[in-house]
Amino acid sequence: MKKKKGLLVSAMSILLLLVLSGCETNLVVFDPKGPQARAIMDLINWSFIWIGLVLVVVVGLFVYIIWKYRARPENADYEPPDEKGNHKLEVIWTLIPIVIVILLTIPTVKTLYALEEVPEGYEDVEPLVIHVTSADWKWIFSYPEEDIETVNYVNIPVDRPVTFKLTSAGTMQSFWIPSLAGQEYTMNKMETELIVVADEEGSFFGRNTNFNGEGYAGMEFEVQAQSPADYEKWVKEAKELSPKLTEEEYKELLKPTHLGRLTYSNTHLDWVDHADHNAELYIDPELYRGHGYPGKIFTEDENENSENHENMNMDEEEHGGEHSGH
Amino acid sequence: MDIKWDQLLVSGDPLILGSQIAIVLTMVGVVAALSYFKKWKWLWNGWLTSVDHKRIGIMYIIMGVLMFFRGGVDGLMMKAQTAVPENTFLDAQHYNEVFTTHGVIMILFMAMPMLIGIMNIVIPLQIGARDVAFPQLNLLSFWLTFAGAMLFNVSFVIGGSPDAGWTSYFPLAGKEFTPGVGNNYYMIALQIAGIGTLMTGINFIVTILKMRTKGMTLMRMPMFTWTSLITSLIIVIAFPIFTVTLLLGMMDRLYGTHFFTVSGGGLDMLWSNLFWLWGHPEVYIVILPAFGIYSEIIATFTKKRLFGYGSMVISIVLISALSMLVWVHHFYTMGVGPAVNTVFSITTMMISIPTGVKMFNWLFTMRKGRIEFTAPMMWALAFIPTFLIGGVTGVMLAMAAADFQYHNTLFLVAHFHYTLIPGVVYAVFAALYYWWPKVFGFKLSEKIGKWHFWLFNIGFNLTFFPMFFLGLQGAVRRSYTYSEESGFQPLFLLSGVGALILAAGFAALCYNIYWSIRHAERTTANDPWGNARTLEWATATPVPHYNFATLPEVDSLDAYWEMKKNNKGFTLDKNQIKPIHMPGNSGLPAIMGGIFLVFGFFLVFEWHLLAAIVGIGIIAGLIMRSFESNDGYHVPVDEIVKHERTWRGESKWKAK
Repeated sequence: MKKKKGLLVSAMSILLLLVLSGCETNLVVFDPKGPQARAIMDLINWSFIWIGLVLVVVVGLFVYIIWKYRARPENADYEPPDEKGNHKLEVIWTLIPIVIVILLTIPTVKTLYALEEVPEGYEDVEPLVIHVTSADWKWIFSYPEEDIETVNYVNIPVDRPVTFKLTSAGTMQSFWIPSLAGQEYTMNKMETELIVVADEEGSFFGRNTNFNGEGYAGMEFEVQAQSPADYEKWVKEAKELSPKLTEEEYKELLKPTHLGRLTYSNTHLDWVDHADHNAELYIDPELYRGHGYPGKIFTEDENENSENHENMNMDEEEHGGEHSGH
Repeated sequence: MDIKWDQLLVSGDPLILGSQIAIVLTMVGVVAALSYFKKWKWLWNGWLTSVDHKRIGIMYIIMGVLMFFRGGVDGLMMKAQTAVPENTFLDAQHYNEVFTTHGVIMILFMAMPMLIGIMNIVIPLQIGARDVAFPQLNLLSFWLTFAGAMLFNVSFVIGGSPDAGWTSYFPLAGKEFTPGVGNNYYMIALQIAGIGTLMTGINFIVTILKMRTKGMTLMRMPMFTWTSLITSLIIVIAFPIFTVTLLLGMMDRLYGTHFFTVSGGGLDMLWSNLFWLWGHPEVYIVILPAFGIYSEIIATFTKKRLFGYGSMVISIVLISALSMLVWVHHFYTMGVGPAVNTVFSITTMMISIPTGVKMFNWLFTMRKGRIEFTAPMMWALAFIPTFLIGGVTGVMLAMAAADFQYHNTLFLVAHFHYTLIPGVVYAVFAALYYWWPKVFGFKLSEKIGKWHFWLFNIGFNLTFFPMFFLGLQGAVRRSYTYSEESGFQPLFLLSGVGALILAAGFAALCYNIYWSIRHAERTTANDPWGNARTLEWATATPVPHYNFATLPEVDSLDAYWEMKKNNKGFTLDKNQIKPIHMPGNSGLPAIMGGIFLVFGFFLVFEWHLLAAIVGIGIIAGLIMRSFESNDGYHVPVDEIVKHERTWRGESKWKAK
């Protein structure tokens, strides 16, 4: 009896919660502003149908069974039958989940492949390439064609595909703009790619979701999707009014700090691309000293490393030659 | 090797200072109490050196409850911190340490010891054996687990806690980004505990395969024994991976190698791959025994045999095999391409198929049964709908493309708490209520048990259900704070209130144990629940140290149920009783645990000379063990007869 009441109460509170959360806040995942995020939302909605079905059937069966077969004083001498199983039933409840898994797998795979491509309808528009470098604890965006670099904000034109080329200057991060697309890791000496289109003007929040130390909580950025005219205007102003970034300043920038928004009229790609396997490292363990007992760090290795580096750089030049031949 | 004495203790935080004082006072209190009541001998001879599987099990469970408390306090601190936006209760560094230790302690030092403790108590009894295959190794397993746990736990007062998450992802966990000794604790403490767990796995495989009583074929084993066997197999397959991974991580941190670093050509994703190659099977290591526990309890309290025993066995075998093939779903977002993600999406979703079969089998076990709402059964019942939520959200996360939006958000956190809490913690509670009378000779109070049940369930759902929505709103895990404008506040606050109710539920359990020890009615009936089905209920309550006067013979599943039905096998002929050979106690495992603890501590602080000196102690211990001749002892017939007479005489199906 008590069980039933409890179930009712919890069902009601869950319902209440759904209503409350639906009203007060916005579920950013369900408010997509671009085709990539919309494709994911459609997939999630599709999964809700089947998962809802499973929930209803199993919970319904559960409530029915524990209500109907509960022990009561009247049935004290009821002897339950000695049932070993039922092959037919067992086959049925193996097959139904298999069907549901197939129904969920097909659109998942379709979406996975679709997310790799420029979304439908935008194939003819030339994509804007932006290099994203994550560092502790800031986001650096480089526009190689426009020769602009921004920190902690990125402006993009609407209705034009943007190819984000992601890498990291140190720890691993995850680049996420929930309104526009799913997330992707940024890793040092690796390059990952994320294609994004915004089909609505507006300001969207983006952040790191992969824990990377003390400043992680504040590692956010803003995406401003602008009309092509506004975007062009911003590019022009940024080029004219912003200072040049020097390598020295860049080294300062990479130190583990929080920064506000910055704009430069050149990019750090001129001297380093962190996605490159032999790129120089700008990290200094001493800057990460916190409370607690200090451990040994291995600076002597670093020196050895940079010696190797010079040798490797020579190989790299050859490599570079090959690549440019593509 | 220079020792910086002034930096040894963590200082500068009133919370930590308070804990330091509390720890010293508690230790002084325990030592004083043991001395005052002259209990040192009792403690050493009766418990710390005892190879009795039931006592080792109890020690595991005590450790698990203590660690539950520690991990729970960590959880509460996190909830307090995030209850309001831009809170300053904890700073970022402190919060990072707290969520790291919360995760490690709950999985490795709470869930694992609890389940291994229950396995220790129940398995030999269920298969009709007198102990495990290697009793002294079993005790060593316990001491290594305990040493690992203690080493890990001192970190927050001495030297600083690990702060790179329970997954300890590189390169963050490397010396390049966390140069303190905190993450050394992770690498070394888990290594020590892991060796203990690996030996437990070996021990239980041998025990279950070689020590079953006459007639108990594999397909007549109780379901909990089956799940423990499969869990032990996964332990033996998966833990060596973790051993190697931790070793490589330790090399990076202590000796400057470059397996996972960003400099010197290290591969940070290699850590993630190796970690989850162990880590995902690890989830099933803790969840499979729980499935077994529920199977026993549901069958008992519905008065029906388990529905579809054969398909249950096939399901757990399939789940264990699939658990090794899904590790990449923890990082679909590493950009490896749609082909790889497709494969791992499919393998991950496939796990839901055997799990679904189990769900329906449990439901159909209850159908046409007579369901009694006892405390253990209530936990088993609550498991079904809550775990279902964990399961279906698991399928949602398995869909790689959708996961790009859930990954690393609180949606994920809600999901895995919805699997691990009903899947492990509820099972541990169910098992405690169920087997408690068998071990101690009295039941835990049903009335306080109901308080425990409702507080914990309501608190749990209130804490974690809002986190699904927080995740979809864009709130990420491991973030120590959030802004006012984010709009996360109401749900975070709700979740914080839930955590308080959850804590009250845990307090009710502790009170229940205290109350029941003092006031509960004592029983010596071998089957206090009245409807038990398996062999552990065929012997005396509490179980005598030799378990069975004569080893039972089995000719079907649910052996004890058949005995009752046919009224067979209860008579004990005095002439059948022979002296019983039992293993002798040993002090060596406890000493080895202590040496490992000190050895690990010196390694953490990178004092290699001291570590090497203590390391000689480990080798000496191994040599001592090799030349030890501890043949055990025999329980004399008179003692057995006397004991068997007392409890059998009172029973209604008394022996003639």
